[in-house]
Amino acid sequence: MGINYQDRIPNNVDLGSNRTLQRALEHWQPEFLKWWQDLGPTDYQAKDVYLRTATSVDAKGWATYGHVRMPDYRWGIFLAEPDANRRVGFGDDFGKEVWQQVPGEHRSTLRRLIVTQGDTEPASVEQQRLLGHTAPSLYDLRNLFQVNVEEGRHLWAMVYLLHAYFGRDGREEAEELLTRHSGDGDKPRILSTFNEPISDWLSFFMFTYFTDRDGKYQLKSLAESSFDPLARTCSFMLTEEAHHMFVGDTGIARIVRRTLEVMKELGTDDAAAVRHAGAIDLGTIQKYINFWFSSALDLFGADQSSNAASYFANGLKGRPDEAQYEDHLALDQTYALEMPNGEGGVKLENIPLRNAMNEVSRMSYVKDCEIGLTRWNRLIQKAGFEARLALPSPRFRRSNGSWGNVPTDLTGRPISQADYDARLGDWLPSDTDRGFICSLMRSVTEPGKMAAWIAPPDRGINAMPVEYEYVRLN
Amino acid sequence: MITFDAVPEEYRHWALSVDGRVATLAMDVDEDGGLRPGYKLKLNSYDLGVDIELYDALQRIRFEHPAVGCVVLTSGKERMFCSGANIYMLGQSSHAWKVNFCKFTNETRNGLEDSSAHDGLKFIAALNGTTAGGGYEVALACDEILMVDDRSSVVSLPEVPLLGVLPGTGGLTRVVDKRKVRRDLADMFCTSADGVRADRAQEWGLVDAIAKPADFPALVKTRATALADGSSRPADAVGIKLKKLDRKIDDAGYRYSHVDVAFDRAGRSATVTIQAPAGEQPTDPEAIQAAGDRWWPLALARELDDALLLLRTNELDLGLLILKTRGDAAAVLAADQTMLAHRDHWLVRETVGYLRRTFARLDVTSRSLYAVVDQGSCFAGLLYELALASDRIYMLALPEGDENPPELQLDGFNFGLLPMVNGASRLQTRFLGDPTTIARLEALKGPLTAEPALAAGLVTLAPDDLDWDDEIRLAIEERASLSPDALTGLEASLRFAGPETVWTKVFGRLSAWQNWVFIRPNATGERGALKVFGTGSKAQFNFERV
Repeated sequence: MGINYQDRIPNNVDLGSNRTLQRALEHWQPEFLKWWQDLGPTDYQAKDVYLRTATSVDAKGWATYGHVRMPDYRWGIFLAEPDANRRVGFGDDFGKEVWQQVPGEHRSTLRRLIVTQGDTEPASVEQQRLLGHTAPSLYDLRNLFQVNVEEGRHLWAMVYLLHAYFGRDGREEAEELLTRHSGDGDKPRILSTFNEPISDWLSFFMFTYFTDRDGKYQLKSLAESSFDPLARTCSFMLTEEAHHMFVGDTGIARIVRRTLEVMKELGTDDAAAVRHAGAIDLGTIQKYINFWFSSALDLFGADQSSNAASYFANGLKGRPDEAQYEDHLALDQTYALEMPNGEGGVKLENIPLRNAMNEVSRMSYVKDCEIGLTRWNRLIQKAGFEARLALPSPRFRRSNGSWGNVPTDLTGRPISQADYDARLGDWLPSDTDRGFICSLMRSVTEPGKMAAWIAPPDRGINAMPVEYEYVRLN
Repeated sequence: MITFDAVPEEYRHWALSVDGRVATLAMDVDEDGGLRPGYKLKLNSYDLGVDIELYDALQRIRFEHPAVGCVVLTSGKERMFCSGANIYMLGQSSHAWKVNFCKFTNETRNGLEDSSAHDGLKFIAALNGTTAGGGYEVALACDEILMVDDRSSVVSLPEVPLLGVLPGTGGLTRVVDKRKVRRDLADMFCTSADGVRADRAQEWGLVDAIAKPADFPALVKTRATALADGSSRPADAVGIKLKKLDRKIDDAGYRYSHVDVAFDRAGRSATVTIQAPAGEQPTDPEAIQAAGDRWWPLALARELDDALLLLRTNELDLGLLILKTRGDAAAVLAADQTMLAHRDHWLVRETVGYLRRTFARLDVTSRSLYAVVDQGSCFAGLLYELALASDRIYMLALPEGDENPPELQLDGFNFGLLPMVNGASRLQTRFLGDPTTIARLEALKGPLTAEPALAAGLVTLAPDDLDWDDEIRLAIEERASLSPDALTGLEASLRFAGPETVWTKVFGRLSAWQNWVFIRPNATGERGALKVFGTGSKAQFNFERV
């Protein structure tokens, strides 16, 4: 065919000489582009966007900047550099050689893990497809598209694994990843959170802060996998994922900063006054945190899980940063799990550690989430206000695990269902709150200008000024 | 002790709703509602308690909602139909519990097919989400399987790859024997832990029709209406109420109005005595309907059914059941005549169906069965069927001229109304070698005493009054001394001569293999697959093929 694969699909998997992969991709790549056109960001496909493209995995190549039209983006296939001495890092086969091929006995489980992870990547692109119309600045518009194309690349990364290691089944699953669509009642995405549209930018920043951070922890777990190609793929994805969380972290910080400016100007923390001045009151920000944090927690799965135990035992999925633990077998150890005691209180129950792996990851995640909160609260403190933002208890508004559908208040104290129903409006965004946020969503397209509800970023992208024309609209 | 009592108002796991000719049974298992401590019923998985409610709901539909022509089995959960029997429950259960649990669930699933084949009650499995293991097996027992095609939900039989046991509730048998799935595709399907999505499930013949989520309710409705329209159940009939059983349980046994079970713990046996109807009995449908669940044949079916279930679950050591009858044989025959005359009436038909399934339950009960035809007994027609279900029939022979010699008598009930799981009557199965016997027996009129009964092959032994007590005592003691395992295997092999059916294969082949697998270390040893499931440890197999 004479296609220059290295040029069109940057890769470090020797695509040019791999016939199996070429055959699979020749079919899949046009389907992917069609999907991107149909369900990727609306209306901006012909615009030049200042994007980062990975052209190799070394320090020089992983972030190459330039203006590019999104459909021409070079979605590449990259795995972190191999480590010839890498050994199984946890579970029953600890210390043995890692696997370069899929062991038959783990074939279906690995495929399911990869498909579930892969399904979330295009899902988030679909969820965010309308946001371009209401971006608060060109800088933010560009960041949105950067996140989108990278989620697209993460899809490629998972599809590469399916194509390269799972034969015909893998090719079918790769097609299904493009067949299911976020919010499509007939063929929804696998995880229900990924079927809710993200229609405003406050939600987008929350999503990139909280939900993408779940993604980070899933990737960290898979980066420990004994299936080396999966581990290396996820390691490289993590470098890109960091930017997504940066978008969320700084996005929320900029909103808070703008709110504080308005509060200072007006000399009040009155929510109505803040809103009247076109900024988002801290109470509403807190409600969005409550909503997104609690729904992200469910993504880790049940707190006692036989699947998690067998993934760990079989070396398929480890704990995030497995190296930080001393014992990598986790046999005969227990984890003290908080559970409702059935009398309106909380009790501790010791469960086998392997069954608690989801909870272990979830708690690492919670700690990681706290960092942003501390930063945002420092801004509030410096501005001289008393209010503080906080994460709700991990027991609040859960729909799986021991606390699934157990009514609690924000501190995680079990309360009656009636009490919960009555107070939920104070804790989560109400229709009025959402309506207000929606009313702020207006596109700002003049380079360097920001919408009234968000402060400008400290600096631009890749040492460019904030006023840089990150997206060429004309 | 475990009982099988349930009432719809107190269901924890099912929602039964009736809309005209269609009933919907939605499974919505309460995680914390396990029958025994130590496991949570996650993901619509079930234990015996869940199945007891299902069985009760089916009985209520049969008797309390006669206008229902089609039952839709579905799930009340989102994107999850049923994930099968609860693995932790199986992992912690004794061998006997597992075997009894599987047997009861098998009987309930066979009951769906039985009601469909004989009594016009049709079943649709509406798989509205992921369906695994026992969840698919209950669907296999329905007339049609419909599945939602949301590109995510899968149907699977993951027992072998995941748990090292078999899909033991008829799954393997029905996939190839009932649905005629090609054996190589069945092999792929039954060794895949993931299963297949709706499109392939349809392509392979695992389900009958699929639809997108938005169209699925309409598909279910269309098919349910079509099956209900074709049902022979009466659209205008009014049901009867199945009230609480009249039952007393104590250390000595169980006592119902027509059934009495007396334990002999030292002798490892129990005597089950059935009473003939007493007093005036209804003879027409109106009177039968008015008698409702107090009508003798129906009350008998309920009581005997319940007694068998209680014995199986709670009295493992009572290995021999001695079956006796008491009362007026003429009254039994009269009751039979009423049923035969009105067998097209829905309540009579359902009652015959209930008796048919109860006798089938007796057949597959892994206890030795001796019928004792002594003085005062009434082994006539329906009740002689108890004797035919037994491994041996002892009949007392009295010298000529003695008053009230024990007699037995055949009627229409013995000639095909109560087929066994092999599809043949007990008489046909008994006289497999000479089919002309049946015609000769049909021509027999009137009661038979021991000698002619023995000559006709209708009893096993006919000791005279001098030998009787010793003969019976010795026979019982001897039986009770034999290996219970060997007896179970022996009886199961001898009872079901003749043709094979899906049901005989389920009980005789699938269950037997499953019960073997259940005791092998690869499943239930310290590191067996069933034992370590969910602990995060890997099963360790002995790879020697046996």
